[in-house]
Amino acid sequence: MPSRLEAPSARYGEKAISGLLALCAILSVAITTAIVISLLSPTIDFFQDVSITDFLFGTDFTPLFNPPSFGVVPIVVGTLSVTFWGLLTAIPIGLGAAIYLSEYASRRVRRIVKPTLEVLAGVPTVAFGFFALATITPVLQDIWPGFLGDGPRIFNVLAAGLAMGIMIVPIIASISEDAMSAVPHGLREGAYALGATKMRVALRVVVPAALSGIVASFVLAASRAIGETMIVLIAAGNTPNLTLNPTESIQAMTAFIGTTATGDVATGTVEYNTIFAVGSLLFVMTLVMNMISIRLVRKYREVYE
Amino acid sequence: MSPSRPPRSFTAQRTEIAASGAAAATAATLEQRPGADVLKGRAFKAALLLGLALALGGLVWLIVDALIEGGGRLSLGLIFDEGSANPEKAGLWSALLGSIYLIVGVIALVVPLGVGAAIYLEEYANKERWWNRLIELNIQNLAGVPSIVYGILGLAFIVRGPLDLGFILFAGSMTLALLVLPTVIIAAREAIRAVPSSIREGSLALGATRWQTVRRQILPASIPGIVTGVILAVSRAIGETAPLLLVGATVFVTFEPSFFDDKGYTALPVQIFQWVQRPQDEFRVLAAAGIIVLLGLLLAMNSFAIWLRNRYEQRW
Amino acid sequence: MTDELRRREQDPGHDGVVDPVAREGVPIHIEGRATDASKTQARRAQEVVFDVRGVTVSYAGVPAVRDIAFDVRAREITALIGPSGCGKSTMIRCLNRMNDLIPGATVEGEILYNGENLYGPRVDPVQVRKLIGMVFQKPNPFPKSIYDNIAFGPRVIGMKGDMDGVVERALKRAALWEEVKDRLKENAYRLSGGQQQRLCIARCLAVEPDVILMDEPCSALDPIATARIEDLMLELKDRYSIVIVTHNMQQAARVSDMTAVLMPEVRDGDQTIGHIVEYADTGKIFTNPDNKRTEEYVTGRVG
Repeated sequence: MPSRLEAPSARYGEKAISGLLALCAILSVAITTAIVISLLSPTIDFFQDVSITDFLFGTDFTPLFNPPSFGVVPIVVGTLSVTFWGLLTAIPIGLGAAIYLSEYASRRVRRIVKPTLEVLAGVPTVAFGFFALATITPVLQDIWPGFLGDGPRIFNVLAAGLAMGIMIVPIIASISEDAMSAVPHGLREGAYALGATKMRVALRVVVPAALSGIVASFVLAASRAIGETMIVLIAAGNTPNLTLNPTESIQAMTAFIGTTATGDVATGTVEYNTIFAVGSLLFVMTLVMNMISIRLVRKYREVYE
Repeated sequence: MSPSRPPRSFTAQRTEIAASGAAAATAATLEQRPGADVLKGRAFKAALLLGLALALGGLVWLIVDALIEGGGRLSLGLIFDEGSANPEKAGLWSALLGSIYLIVGVIALVVPLGVGAAIYLEEYANKERWWNRLIELNIQNLAGVPSIVYGILGLAFIVRGPLDLGFILFAGSMTLALLVLPTVIIAAREAIRAVPSSIREGSLALGATRWQTVRRQILPASIPGIVTGVILAVSRAIGETAPLLLVGATVFVTFEPSFFDDKGYTALPVQIFQWVQRPQDEFRVLAAAGIIVLLGLLLAMNSFAIWLRNRYEQRW
Repeated sequence: MTDELRRREQDPGHDGVVDPVAREGVPIHIEGRATDASKTQARRAQEVVFDVRGVTVSYAGVPAVRDIAFDVRAREITALIGPSGCGKSTMIRCLNRMNDLIPGATVEGEILYNGENLYGPRVDPVQVRKLIGMVFQKPNPFPKSIYDNIAFGPRVIGMKGDMDGVVERALKRAALWEEVKDRLKENAYRLSGGQQQRLCIARCLAVEPDVILMDEPCSALDPIATARIEDLMLELKDRYSIVIVTHNMQQAARVSDMTAVLMPEVRDGDQTIGHIVEYADTGKIFTNPDNKRTEEYVTGRVG
């Protein structure tokens, strides 16, 4: 007599479904693999023709000229310049907002402001680019003090950087605020009980305690800025220019990729492969930064939760 | 630093932070100058408020600026006219349709794949196994990859390369779907995780199989959260420009799009981008108006998502 | 002992349940009770539903309970008692293979269900759970209507036929029908705690199991609701075999026929491992236990 404890049928349906679902999850791994392959293969081809040192350390980036030059330093510096001005704007503002929301604001204010910030963070980057070109640049040009030299050109690093800064403020504010909220109240209360002022508690107790989360927010914001295309494409310029002067125009890595990939470059040529080489560099930079940021977030979560 | 010491425990770290805070507070109390302290405190608070104001203000300025520039150009004509080289007659119709078609494609791809992956990771996978943790880490990393890299992926894999679909609208959908898939997976996982395990246990204890439990208990309870996550992911996809530029969204299209034709297609942000690049003032106004339309669309979608979540959220 | 207690409890002068082991250190004495020997003889004639032999349960290699051995007989209530954390829940969850859901949980030893190895290679846990139902400590109704809560089980196991009838029967057997019959479409969360627990019992009954496992079913409920559930248990005993885990020993004394006492042993610092110090007729456990630790526990000196 068959046991009542055995399954009445082989339950193939269950197995099929669990297999199908696993497939969906594996797809995510497949995507990463696809990204790496799609970047890797032309990049390898590229480095058959161009040496790595020329690429990474050369200061002349004219891949479409004749003769071409593939030194990537100008566009990397261009990206990092814009990122620098962006962080310079966003860190004080974002951190200030975060400290206010975490330590000073009433619950009602927090409940309204935090989601608002996050919704505003969804503004498309093409709007930021437009804002930088159409509004920030003219304002900068108008108020530029004479003693600093020539004012900003039509395309310039500073306007793009400022717009970038506004864009990444919500990232810094939100994640820093999360990190500060995770600090247990006991730590604050102990300091208050000793007579510390709110400012001291915020700066000497809460911020150090949440430091790994705060730094994670900076790293994440920087990574976002580095990978951002439309703002730099619209407002920072499209000609490689190795300079630290924020009033000049530059070309960022992402802008280079965007312009060249939509232009008339024959596939398979070394000029075409430059797109993938620069793309690989971009991918690696942001990947490293993201992994650092994930580690830091995990660290503060572990300590406090 | 001696290498033989064990790593600091978390309690030790917290104690250290608390101790340094207490030390700072004590030192401050001892050197207290009440008047100066109050002033410093007020100045500090003012600085923080300024930060908050600037954070919100910068974004508000952007929106207001777009409204001022482009508000006058808003009209039904703007929505329903086709693109044109003449700024007086140009409209958003092809771009809007293109965006809508793109989004339909994105949803069709991202919902089954994203929710399926989330169900697998939450309900079926053994979380201790290394390959499952690899998948999780992978998804977190994918969420941070720059959008233009997804464009490169689309160009190399979908438009050309193995899939070789050409510059068709569906390739754009696929590229955008890959871009937002990690977000959908993460949001769906949160929604599924929010269902308490007591429900799962109750269902399994009655003799339901795992899939029956997922289909009849977990999914119905987590659908509001999943739908909210999908809408938010989709609203991000609508605003993306860079990947579309790489996979064939051309900038001058005057006809209605279709999924698989390679006559070309465009999308709302791409159209705005094209207008931004023109130097003439009329195009600048058009660009601003287009931005208003795009922001309005996004606001509507986000509000809908929030309303949905508030209306159907299950409080456990 | 239990028959005698029930007669005392139904004294209308009391508003609740009489507590036989009410005062610390005073064991109860019941007159006119059948002696241990004759009861044991009567019991041997009843069929064994669960035969647990030498079971050790470990989580990730760390044992939680060891060398567990006891029987569960048909149409009796068997109680597992002991202080918190000694592994009673772990043990009862082995009986319907709910421990399978915890990754890293291993079960050594043998559990025979009607003579068959519950952990045999061809045994399907889903089938096991249809035959051996479970009620949990905190009532866990589904976020559905009362009707759909009860109907869920029969639907997923493929029972055909008159669903309305099934629902009504289950609710009647769980002593909940009168209270909800006019509001079957209401959301189950609107019921009180005690009603929700009876709903969970009804839900369990609807799939017609042989055995009902109850993991501290009353610990989240007030005394009145607790009393109703205990009465329900005694009614259900006619048709189902019941295993109940409880940290309330008076409850075990009130309702159960056989009692197994689990006690923790201390190993390496904070680790404790549970094992059975005594397993016998409930009357014996509470009046004349063999094991000293049992006596200390039931008289409240340790606990």
